[in-house]
Amino acid sequence: MDREETSARITALIEPFNKKDVAITDATRFTDDLEFDSLTVMDFVAAIEDEFDIIISMNQQAEIENYGQLVDAVTKLQG
Amino acid sequence: MTDMLDDDMTQAHTDLFSKFDPLIEMRRDLLSTGVTDPFGLVMERVISPTVAICNGRETILLGTYNYMGMTFDPDVIVAGKQALDDFGSGTTGSRVLNGTYAGHKAVEQALCEFYGMDHAMVFSTGYQANLGIISTIAGKGDYIVLDIDSHASIWDGCKMGDAEVVPFKHNDIEAMEKRLRRIPEGAGKLVVLEGVYSMLGDIAPLKEMIAIAKKYGAMVLVDEAHSMGFIGPNGRGVAEEQGCLDDVDFVIGTFSKSVGTVGGFCVSNHPKFEIMRLVCRPYVFTASLPPSVVATACTSIRKLMHAGEKRAHLWENSKTLHKGLRDAGFQIGTEEPQSAIISVIMPDLERGAAMWEALLHEGLYVNLARPPATPANMTLLRCSLCAEHSAAQVQQIIGMFTRAGKATGIIG
Repeated sequence: MDREETSARITALIEPFNKKDVAITDATRFTDDLEFDSLTVMDFVAAIEDEFDIIISMNQQAEIENYGQLVDAVTKLQG
Repeated sequence: MTDMLDDDMTQAHTDLFSKFDPLIEMRRDLLSTGVTDPFGLVMERVISPTVAICNGRETILLGTYNYMGMTFDPDVIVAGKQALDDFGSGTTGSRVLNGTYAGHKAVEQALCEFYGMDHAMVFSTGYQANLGIISTIAGKGDYIVLDIDSHASIWDGCKMGDAEVVPFKHNDIEAMEKRLRRIPEGAGKLVVLEGVYSMLGDIAPLKEMIAIAKKYGAMVLVDEAHSMGFIGPNGRGVAEEQGCLDDVDFVIGTFSKSVGTVGGFCVSNHPKFEIMRLVCRPYVFTASLPPSVVATACTSIRKLMHAGEKRAHLWENSKTLHKGLRDAGFQIGTEEPQSAIISVIMPDLERGAAMWEALLHEGLYVNLARPPATPANMTLLRCSLCAEHSAAQVQQIIGMFTRAGKATGIIG
């Protein structure tokens, strides 16, 4: 799956968590812009893991701050 | 390379404490309402496992984790005094140097017998037991799969090791299995669970979860801190109660709850377990427990092996309090009482703190638990019952809760 398709699927997954309808770009930050708290992060990560059948460990999550980094990480994790 | 500063120059100073400003502000706001600081209570005198003097007032203790009431057991006290006389006030040394006394070996033997396991290793605190075992056995390239509501000592153990850390939703068997299934083949796997989760007092479906963990080739560590001495036919914990203790690779426990002193431990049947004493840094690089502490722990653990009647009375207390508070209109963390913890859910921190203070004025101490220690950002009044609470005290407690709840408007 290429980056564009991965991004499209993640955009769909983000929607129920994007309570304030923030416009998503690669630079959108999860904590600062989307105001995700730790519980939201857990549910959101679980949704992505299930969608792509991958693991995003806490160690990897620590490196992901914005949307673009997430798409890159998921694209890479799918091998 | 950057140039050194000239003698007459200085750089701007960054206060490393500025990261705590939001918490300092939150505390100031809370205390400015005039409420007593819930995290600054002093026990002026302790009368028994269930009663102390706080602010000059006799107070029933309902938030001490002193589940089996062993802190004033006469045999335990005698053992501690004797050890002080015979071995002195402290060991001043690591377990692997000069800090292993006869008492340390004796308490490890008592633990082996209590759990029916081959090996026991005693740490200076329960926190260090989780920190040490988890960070040492799960290293780089290994995976730790753990419940999201795990205790801070478990999280810190994960952080201190180099393993990949994969949390799953609280007590969600399917979420756990999905994560195990996705771990690359050949990687080492450790599943970390707790018997009783201390915030809401709920238990884990260990039998189902451990069976799945084993199916995927994982090793299993269960923290039974809040169940030891109380849950299971022999007080070995939730895994014993559910008939799956034989499948647990490592049981973590503490002396600071049912045992009634301080210290932590790990028991295991792993044939290579003893190597832990040389490679586990939170075991090696700290002083061992004082002789009086291990002597009291040893005596207490041996008495807990035969505490069936106390266990039965504690269950009665737990059931009575759960029902009494529910009937009074409070929202409780679990539908049914599952442990000796009854957690009362407060609408928010302000009203939780007001209720906590109203209870203190009634003469009742409970724990105020607030985010981030709590799941789902809840504010909780956490009650932990003791086998030494009399039936009359439990009724008194329900009356205090009812009056305080009405005074603060939490119940109608």
